[in-house]
Amino acid sequence: MGLRIRGRAWKLGNNISTDHIISGKYKFKSISSLEGMIPYVFKEVIPGFHEKVREGDVLVAGRNFGMGSSREHAPRLLKLVGVGAVVAESFARIFFRNATNIGLPVITATLVPRITEDGDIISVNLEEGVITNESKDVQERFKPYPKEILEVIRCGGIIEYIRKYGSLPW
Amino acid sequence: MTLTEKILSAKVGRRVSPGDFIVIDADLAYAHDGTAPLAIKVMKENERLYRVHDPSKVLLVIDHASPPPNVEVAKVHEQLRSFAREFGVRLFDVGEGICHQVVAESGLVRPGAVVVGADSHTVTLGALSAFATGVGSTDIAIAFALGKIWLRIPESIKVLLDGKLKPWVTSKDVILNIIGNVRADGLTYLAAEFQGTALKHLSVESRMTISNMCVEVGAKAGLFPADEVLASWLRIYGADNGDELSADPGAEYKDELNFNLSKLEPQVAAPPNVDNVREVSEVEGTEVDQVFIGSCTNGRYEDFLLAAKILKGRRVKEGVRCVAIPASRKVFLELLRDGVLEVLAEAGCFIAHSTCGPCIGAHLGLLGPGEVAVSTSNRNFVGRMGHRDSKVYLASPATAAAAAVEGRIVNPKKYLS
Ligand code: SF4
Repeated sequence: MGLRIRGRAWKLGNNISTDHIISGKYKFKSISSLEGMIPYVFKEVIPGFHEKVREGDVLVAGRNFGMGSSREHAPRLLKLVGVGAVVAESFARIFFRNATNIGLPVITATLVPRITEDGDIISVNLEEGVITNESKDVQERFKPYPKEILEVIRCGGIIEYIRKYGSLPW
Repeated sequence: MTLTEKILSAKVGRRVSPGDFIVIDADLAYAHDGTAPLAIKVMKENERLYRVHDPSKVLLVIDHASPPPNVEVAKVHEQLRSFAREFGVRLFDVGEGICHQVVAESGLVRPGAVVVGADSHTVTLGALSAFATGVGSTDIAIAFALGKIWLRIPESIKVLLDGKLKPWVTSKDVILNIIGNVRADGLTYLAAEFQGTALKHLSVESRMTISNMCVEVGAKAGLFPADEVLASWLRIYGADNGDELSADPGAEYKDELNFNLSKLEPQVAAPPNVDNVREVSEVEGTEVDQVFIGSCTNGRYEDFLLAAKILKGRRVKEGVRCVAIPASRKVFLELLRDGVLEVLAEAGCFIAHSTCGPCIGAHLGLLGPGEVAVSTSNRNFVGRMGHRDSKVYLASPATAAAAAVEGRIVNPKKYLS
């Protein structure tokens, strides 16, 4: 996973839950494989999302993104369908953990979530802590990740980190 | 130090402060049929992780879609059983109960323990004065294999509960009231620590309901101190009850919230969000198609006892289904022995053995389009219990039972005062 991401924005509101991302009942329908759940991603929020999303697209949301269940399927599925990063005003903690653990960058910002519209071009530089809405020509700085987490993202997740370094960071 | 800092400092062997990142030994790690498969997959894909550090500190529970409602799920359950056999890990199989409840009853959680579960409601065990928090499947894979977990030490917030609840008001109403006040992201990343004069009147079961829903406001943990109430509870479940454990008097908190329980009336979280909390009077009269009493939030002995007080000698309203599911086999048996299940059955409830069932919309009572449910569980998101146009009102077992009798939402006061 690179530390630079660039793609189209998908605009979402506040309190997007892991149930919105992948509902528990679909999870049980096709419980045995992550791939089997792809058609159900955002099924009741953005119909057909899994067909329309492109590699590197960025979800831009309001407060408390990823609230609710701890299902790690949610960030994994987002990464699997091609989402390059999630930008939100705030994140639920388990989602933040899970996304970090699997190497999906999650960025807390205030200005960009407010001015972004569907389809805007968003670019993110994780090392420098800069996010840009190119379509609106608005740039915002965010607090960059601690270096350990940056390394986890660079490795593509904590498992890959452990494989490379033989232990957990910190 | 706050209770959180005390527990975590003792565990790492040095003083830790909010914001620190640590790697810590987990005293107990568990996963269920919804989250274990992904953890096992992660372990299988990485030879370094395909092992169990200490089988006595790992538990698996089959509870989410249990017994299997379809063949796919049956296969998943087999996967859990074979993992448990391979590594000598204890498995709570179909019917034994919902993970948080069986873990609490297992005697393995003592005050001061660090517990991680691959389920957001792991925070329930904060009622046992453990630092218990929900994590994802990758985290749990690491905890199973290496016995370790990474954590950022959270800031703590003091939640003072004073006064005494009226007989028709329960700890569910307390936590719903708190959620309505602080809103869904109000305590994000924080550890909530409950204190105050009300604690001596709150049973461990009632405390579990409060800790359970702390995650609904984003909290990382919801802790009660280890006091006399907890010590007597732990003795019943064969746990080593340890010492009393509480925050230092001068502990520094990020913030303090105060709630007076004496004045509280029943609360209801109206759809489609848990923080859409109203006093019951505001939604009174709403017609109901299904009532669900159960889940890790309110599926315990005292919950059904309270419901039975209302249902005794009465009937579930015609056209309404009332689904009652005790949270564990232990709870089921106690209710059976004491005649509580008979009261529920006579009233016309559908009673099932322990499972998450309708709480997560897996089986045993899903909602059709436009249907309305009153549920004692913890989430009412769109489509959570069935069709996307169904509606779920979250409430206490008393409010739920009263709704079953009347077929509409009412204040249970008239049945309990
Ligand atoms: S009862 Fe509901 S909230 Fe509790 S663990 Fe089961 S699915 Fe989750």
